[in-house]
Amino acid sequence: MTRRKVAIIGVGQTQYRSQHEATLPELAQQAALAALEDADMTMEDIEAVVFSMGPSEFVGMNDPEKWCVGAVGGRNRPFMRINTGGATGTSAIHAGFYHIASGIFDSVLVVGADKVRECKDSQQVLNTIWDPLYERQFALTTITMAAFQAVRHIHLYGTTEEQMALIAVRSWKNALNNPVAHLKGRITVEDVMKSPYLCWPIKKYEICPSSAGGAAVVMVSEKKARRMGCRPAWIKGCSEFANTVFQGDQMGGRAEMDFADSDILAMAAKEAFHQAGIANPLKDIQVAELYAPFTICEISMVEALGFCGKGEGGRLNERGFFDIGGRIAVNPSGGTLCANAIAVTGLARVCDGALQVMEKATPGMQVEGVRNVVCHGEGGSFQFHAVVVLGAE
Amino acid sequence: MKNGVLMKSDAVSLRGGWNVEYNYAVGQVGQRFFQALKQGMIIAPKCPACGLVMLPPRAFCERCFVPVKEWVKVASAGTIQAFTIVPVKFESLPDPPYAIAFVLLDGADTALVNFVKNIDLSDLKKAAEKMAIGTRVKVVFKKRRKGSINDFHYELLDI
Repeated sequence: MTRRKVAIIGVGQTQYRSQHEATLPELAQQAALAALEDADMTMEDIEAVVFSMGPSEFVGMNDPEKWCVGAVGGRNRPFMRINTGGATGTSAIHAGFYHIASGIFDSVLVVGADKVRECKDSQQVLNTIWDPLYERQFALTTITMAAFQAVRHIHLYGTTEEQMALIAVRSWKNALNNPVAHLKGRITVEDVMKSPYLCWPIKKYEICPSSAGGAAVVMVSEKKARRMGCRPAWIKGCSEFANTVFQGDQMGGRAEMDFADSDILAMAAKEAFHQAGIANPLKDIQVAELYAPFTICEISMVEALGFCGKGEGGRLNERGFFDIGGRIAVNPSGGTLCANAIAVTGLARVCDGALQVMEKATPGMQVEGVRNVVCHGEGGSFQFHAVVVLGAE
Repeated sequence: MKNGVLMKSDAVSLRGGWNVEYNYAVGQVGQRFFQALKQGMIIAPKCPACGLVMLPPRAFCERCFVPVKEWVKVASAGTIQAFTIVPVKFESLPDPPYAIAFVLLDGADTALVNFVKNIDLSDLKKAAEKMAIGTRVKVVFKKRRKGSINDFHYELLDI
């Protein structure tokens, strides 16, 4: 089946912060209205709604999309909820893309919100993503997951804690130019190194915040985009691959892939790059907006994306390779280390990527000469990797 | 409220909570594994196609997508593949500090997670060096076993 071309013509994000006065539906609506305004459309122009909602337990309501239907224009329209954990927002973009690429719809609103801090401790919730019979008992959290990846990356490739710390330093600095970022500032490697260990070797400044916020994207068919005469971000490639929930399957002599590496991302990227006609990612892609909730993840991911060889991510970052103005700008928004409203973080990566392609990012955040951007979401036990490639044409 | 505008001091939130209890079926594979644990043994299913010996146990090989029937006994010693030490408290999780490791037990092909106990965690850096990847550990069974994954933990060998 041939796919129709799909264009992102509007994006909207609320501020990300620990708490918002607004309720979850109100927050989702703020994002929806911002994206519609950006697209110069109203809800009347939208044919279907995809709701981006990850685990329900952070906001403490069973399947919260029900609460939000009215707030995001879902009444009397096709409406569905997408959930792949942290990768949810990226998967929701995929769902919206398929709505239009299939020829069934011409305009879709992809929208969501999350309030991760409304629960007392997000790690209490995240512990429950693992097997209840054999694994959950051992206090597994997403921070221990990052720790396991880090100790293996350090062991296999000699990556250092200072190299990991520098990822946080760049992210916080980049976020200074992102008006919606939750965490931002000028910090040093020493500051990160001195921050307390949460799960050895992961330190406090190396983990994402628990954020509240909403994000939304308006996407339309090519016919509609051409008629509107705007400069859209075209969706050139979409791919998502999954892996086992068992971290221990990716360690030891017969492991098909190593937990240090993000080989599932490599698979998803290969397919998405193929769809987008990208032969050499380092040459053809100018910006990467990655779902890296911990410093080590970003190092592993830039390697999986083929920006460098396995084990080279930390060293190249020290040379400014991934800075704005470097070889390829990684997370010029500050990325997930600077805001993580989990249900919409993948969506935020696409919003920030689309802003780059549309040349609407704020000064300082905008990268020069952007032709292609890779946006990414990661979820579960580092087991879902979703990729979206956006391009100027 | 002042002139109809909500002031910061008025900002309210509502307390709530979920407290749902569950009874998880352990399946035939789980029953067999837990029975063996009760007897002080770790057994693992082996894939009839690729021969993978997998822990945690499961009824099927995820790689070959075939059901497994054969079981093998694995050793009560193995090698650390990944570890962490947690010095801070998380809600509903154990009181810190504690150490967690994925261990490849001799005879198994995938790593099984558990706590590493009887290790001095007062100096994180020193403890991390002691638990480096490749370190040998032993399985230590509880005296009174219930047939659950908590019937054993790991301890470092040679200390």
